[in-house]
Amino acid sequence: MANYSTNEFKGGLKIMIDGEPCTILENEMVKPGKGQAFNRVKIRKLISGKVLEKTFKSGDSVEGADVMETDLAYLYTDGEFWHFMNNETFEQIAADEKAVGDNVKWLVENDVCTITLWNGNPIAVTPPNFVELEITDTDPGLKGDTAGTGGKPATLTTGAVVRVPLFVQIGEVIKVDTRTGEYVSRVK
Amino acid sequence: MSDVLWAPSAQIETLRQRANILAKIRAFFAAREVMEVETPCLSQASVTDVHLATFSTQFVGPSHAKGLPLYLQTSPEFAMKRLLAAGSGAIYQIGKAFRNEESGRYHNPEFTMLEWYRPGFDEFDLMDEIDSLMQTVLSCGVAVRISYQDAFKTYLGIDPLTIKLEELRAVCSRFGYEDIAAQEQFIDPLLQLLFCMEIEPKIGIDAPCFVYHFPASQAALAQLNEADPRVAGRFELYYQGVELANGFNELTNAEEQSQRFDTDNKIRAQMELPLVDKDQRFLSALEHGLPVCAGVALGIDRLVMLATGKNAIKDVIAFDVNRA
Repeated sequence: MANYSTNEFKGGLKIMIDGEPCTILENEMVKPGKGQAFNRVKIRKLISGKVLEKTFKSGDSVEGADVMETDLAYLYTDGEFWHFMNNETFEQIAADEKAVGDNVKWLVENDVCTITLWNGNPIAVTPPNFVELEITDTDPGLKGDTAGTGGKPATLTTGAVVRVPLFVQIGEVIKVDTRTGEYVSRVK
Repeated sequence: MSDVLWAPSAQIETLRQRANILAKIRAFFAAREVMEVETPCLSQASVTDVHLATFSTQFVGPSHAKGLPLYLQTSPEFAMKRLLAAGSGAIYQIGKAFRNEESGRYHNPEFTMLEWYRPGFDEFDLMDEIDSLMQTVLSCGVAVRISYQDAFKTYLGIDPLTIKLEELRAVCSRFGYEDIAAQEQFIDPLLQLLFCMEIEPKIGIDAPCFVYHFPASQAALAQLNEADPRVAGRFELYYQGVELANGFNELTNAEEQSQRFDTDNKIRAQMELPLVDKDQRFLSALEHGLPVCAGVALGIDRLVMLATGKNAIKDVIAFDVNRA
C-alpha cells in the first residue's frame, strides 16, 4: 500500500493508525510563523468506530490502508456469519459479528448494504439509510391519532426497538431511518 | 462552462470592513509620523529560515537573457532593514508576503503583512505601541505579558530553558504526541508543538497576550538578552487562539547575523532541505550600520478575522488560493 504525506491528507483518505484502518474526517494545518508546521487530524477508526485526534509533523508520511467499499445484498445469517451477495457477479461474502455490530438490527433480506473491506475482509456493514420492518410487539392499549405525543416503544422483526406514534399497531410495516433509529412513516 | 469559484471567498461587506481597518492603521502611523514604504516582492535573495519555503521564478529580459532567479519575499524584513540602514527613520509597510507549503484555516500562500520598525525602541517599547494599535482596531482591553519561560512553567510545569530532550519527549508523550516525540532529534520543534497545541489555546482569551523572551535557539533575527543570554529579544502576540504578530529587538551585528544564517543552513543540511545562499545585500547593510531598533510583523488577514469574527482566512480575503 502506498504511503501518504501530510500534504495529501484530506477528508475520506484511508490511513493506518496504531495498526487499524482509519478514515480522515478533518485535517488542519497548525504552524507558528517561525517554527515547525504540524497537521492536526481528526480520524475515525474503522473497526472500533472511535473518533480521535492525532497530530503529525508536516511532511511526515503515513501508510495507506487498503480499504474499499462495496454494495452487497443481505442474504441470511447462519448464526455465526451474515452472508451478503454481489447482485451482478453473485459473489458472496460473509461478515462476522464484529463487522456487523449493532447494525444487525437493521438487516433486511435483499436490502443492499455497504460493506467496508480491509485487505479484502469485511470490517463494517452499513445498512441502507431507510429500512422497512414489521412490528411484532407494541402496546395495543394505547390509542391516539397524533404523532406528537412522544409515542410508545415497538419491537420489530429484527429485534430493534423504536418509538412509534400511538396509532401504529402490531403487524404493520414501518419505515425507519437507520442513522438515527427513528420512525419515519407507516408503509401501506 | 460556468465556474462557481468565480465568486469571492469573502463577502463584500467584510471587504468593506477590511478597507476601514486598513485606513485606521494608516491613520495610526500617519499620526505617529511613521513613513509608509514599499519594497520589492521579488528579491534576488531568499531566506535561510528552516521553516519557511519560498516561491521562486525567473526574470528574462534586458541584461538577463538567460534568466535572473528571483524569490517572492516571505516577509519584507531584509529590504526594510536596508532602508533603515540608509537612514529612513521609522517606517511601516502593508504588503503581500508569500510562503509556499502553507494553506489552511489560518494560512494562505499569499497574505497581507503589516511590518514596522522603530529606531530607538526596544521590544517592550514596541509592545506598548502594538497594544495601542490593537485597542484602536479591535476595541480590546490592555494586553497582558508573560515570558516564554513562565508560560511553560504556568501551563505545563516545565522549564523550557533547561529541559533536556529525553524529559521533553516524555512530556510530549503524556499529551499524546509520542510518535512525533520518538522521532524528533531537536528540542525546539517539540517546544513549538507543546506551545501551539497546549499553551496557545489557553492564553490571550480575554485580552491580547504578548509572550516575550523566546529561547535563544529560536531567536531568529533578535538580539540575545544581555542579562540572560539564554533568551532573546523576540516576542509574539496571541489573541483568541490566533498568532497575530512576531517582533524583535533587532539584531544589528552583521557577523552574528551571518553566523545565524550558517547555523540555519547546517540544520537544513541535517533535515535534508535545500541550502539557501545568504542575502549579501542585507548583510552589507548591517555592516554599514543598522540603527538600534525594534520591529514587528503582524498578519493583517488574521487581524481582520478577529475584528469581524470570521472563522477562516478565506472569509477575509477577496479570493483565497483555491479561487485565485
